[in-house]
Amino acid sequence: MLSIKNLHASIEGSPILNGINLEIKAGEVHAIMGPNGSGKSTLASVLAGREEYEVTQGEVIFQGKDLLELSPEDRAREGVFLAFQYPVEIPGVSSTNFLRTAINQVRSYRGQDPLDAVKFLSLMKEKMKLVEIDQKLLSRSLNEGFSGGEKKRNEIFQMAMLEPTLSILDETDSGLDIDALRVVSNGVNHLKSKDNATIVVTHYQRLLDYIVPDYVHVLYKGRIVKSGTKDLALELEEKGYDWIKEEVDGTTV
Amino acid sequence: MTTILKDNISENFLAALPSIKDDKALNLLKDQGLPSTKNEEYKYTAITKKIASDITDFHQASPALLSDQDISGAAIDGLEAYILVLNNGILDLKHSTLPVSGFAITEIADSTTAPFHTDDITNDSFMALNRLSYLKGISIHIPRNTVLDKPVMVLNFIQSTAGQIISPKIWIEGAENAEAIFLEKTISLDKNPYFLNGSIEVKVGSNSHLHYYRIQNQSKQAIEVNSFHADVSKDATFTSFVLSLQGNMIRNNVTLNLNGSGCVGNMYGLYILNGKTHVDNHTNVDHTQPHCDSNELYKGILGDSSRGVFNGKIFVRQDAQKTNAFQQNNNILLSEDATVNTKPQLEIWADDVKCSHGCTTGQLDEEAMFYLQARGIGKEQARALLLFAFAGDVIDHIKVDAFKDYCIDLIHETLGTNF
Ligand SMILES: Nc1ncnc2c1ncn2[C@@H]1O[C@H](COP(=O)(O)OP(=O)(O)O)[C@@H](O)[C@H]1O
Ligand SMILES: [Mg+2]
Repeated sequence: MLSIKNLHASIEGSPILNGINLEIKAGEVHAIMGPNGSGKSTLASVLAGREEYEVTQGEVIFQGKDLLELSPEDRAREGVFLAFQYPVEIPGVSSTNFLRTAINQVRSYRGQDPLDAVKFLSLMKEKMKLVEIDQKLLSRSLNEGFSGGEKKRNEIFQMAMLEPTLSILDETDSGLDIDALRVVSNGVNHLKSKDNATIVVTHYQRLLDYIVPDYVHVLYKGRIVKSGTKDLALELEEKGYDWIKEEVDGTTV
Repeated sequence: MTTILKDNISENFLAALPSIKDDKALNLLKDQGLPSTKNEEYKYTAITKKIASDITDFHQASPALLSDQDISGAAIDGLEAYILVLNNGILDLKHSTLPVSGFAITEIADSTTAPFHTDDITNDSFMALNRLSYLKGISIHIPRNTVLDKPVMVLNFIQSTAGQIISPKIWIEGAENAEAIFLEKTISLDKNPYFLNGSIEVKVGSNSHLHYYRIQNQSKQAIEVNSFHADVSKDATFTSFVLSLQGNMIRNNVTLNLNGSGCVGNMYGLYILNGKTHVDNHTNVDHTQPHCDSNELYKGILGDSSRGVFNGKIFVRQDAQKTNAFQQNNNILLSEDATVNTKPQLEIWADDVKCSHGCTTGQLDEEAMFYLQARGIGKEQARALLLFAFAGDVIDHIKVDAFKDYCIDLIHETLGTNF
């Protein structure tokens, strides 16, 4: 489904990603872990098409298409979804109006008729239940004045509404208490199928008890320096990142 | 007697007047001339220079031939309103549909028969010029305890083929407990340059509620100065709303005198500009009595090489305790060549006052753009959503739905987007 080859990216001339290779197949869950500043969010942003980042080398193929050639909106329409580490507050744009516009633009790209108000509302109701999000929250401006947890929950709600093929969750678990974490994970697990894939970017092993990954990768200094199964996450939880840093820095210095 | 004028433009104006009907205004104009950019109040708006370069015929424009189509063409979809037609500033009764009761309208020849004066003209030579120039002013009186059942739509038709100066003059008085909404729209009938120098004076009686909404969407050649003064009495409310979209150079002076305790003065403005349009909003609210509120919100979206100017003066006099004064000016620049100059000016002598103000000027929020795009919303649509959200809280103050929808349509048109 997704094939990343030798991906290099920089921002304002300074390199952040230094040759990422990653293959993801339909039905898989990949966790990406790594210390702060290692480039996890950068990778997520580059995949979603944020323009500040310049891809200097490498390629990303998503379902046979050159992803890097597409605009951010076309990537979303092709089925890529990024749950933001820091969702943006947009005063004056209602959550409902925003989602309806998004869904109908995605549908129109795929040659489907727009959802009418009734169908849209019943879809909203169904997905709201899934992530246990309050109607009141959605009648407000998008993310405006939401708590950290409410924002994260809203990201998963949007994911549920848009039913993406590839979901990238960028530290969706950070700042969540155990109840919110359970709700968010249930939502993600519920949306999992043999046809879609998930990249879970996280700091904490805790999330991986709920969303069980098929593979765990460690990103450090813009490279995947170690890959393994979920046992690797447990090892990291126990030992921290220092041993990995030493391994990498020891051989490169 | 010979007098020396400060600039030859005022001389051109005076030479074209059929008679001098107000000595005080004449002396003021002779003494001060029309403002150059050396005048602090006109620092960013070289309107006198603009008049000098674009206007060739300083006579008052003679009334145009208005057809029924002109009137129906100016109608707003779904709007139920009385119609007051101004033809180059002069009342056109034939094309007007006015309330049959609770509404008196008279023509005023000069300031000796003026119903009232809200302000001293000594600090504004454009107002003095208007007082010398208007051909027939209009005085509207809404008697006490009258609530107009429909808004009054003022259609301000401009045609400047013979004479390029238009000087409308309107007085509106709402006596005690009166309620009325005025809507105004200026229509340029041709593309000749003109100088529209209007003056509106409003007296809001105690416990009255008057609102005046305007749309400035004129030809690209239009030069306008508008002097708008309202005296607001005890427990009364007055609202001014101005939507500025197109013109060459527009200067709006809005002054609210909050003269009675417990009154509310609102000033709302939205300027959405492209091309080289220049719009300057100077506002002034004067709190002289206790327990009054003023709410001021002006927002601008500026594209191409357009220019916006905002200056907001708030005075809170010593007796005006328990004043709430709110002022906000926010701008979004869509192009590198667009500029905004914004300046709040607060002078507060009372001590028990709640006063807040803020100005911002920035670009469209890139983070928000990316967030919307990352959900599949196209760039154009995302931009439109954000801009409309930005303008929305000004538009929301319009109480007449059909007029509000019309403003929204015009905004879409100006921004070249569909929401
Ligand atoms: N917009 C930016 N401008 C400059 N540097 C940035 C920007 N975004 C990220 N970086 C830098 O890139 C590195 C990786 O950041 P990030 O991808 O956010 O890491 P992570 O998500 O793994 O914590 C950090 O050193 C960070 O300072
Ligand atoms: Mg990060």
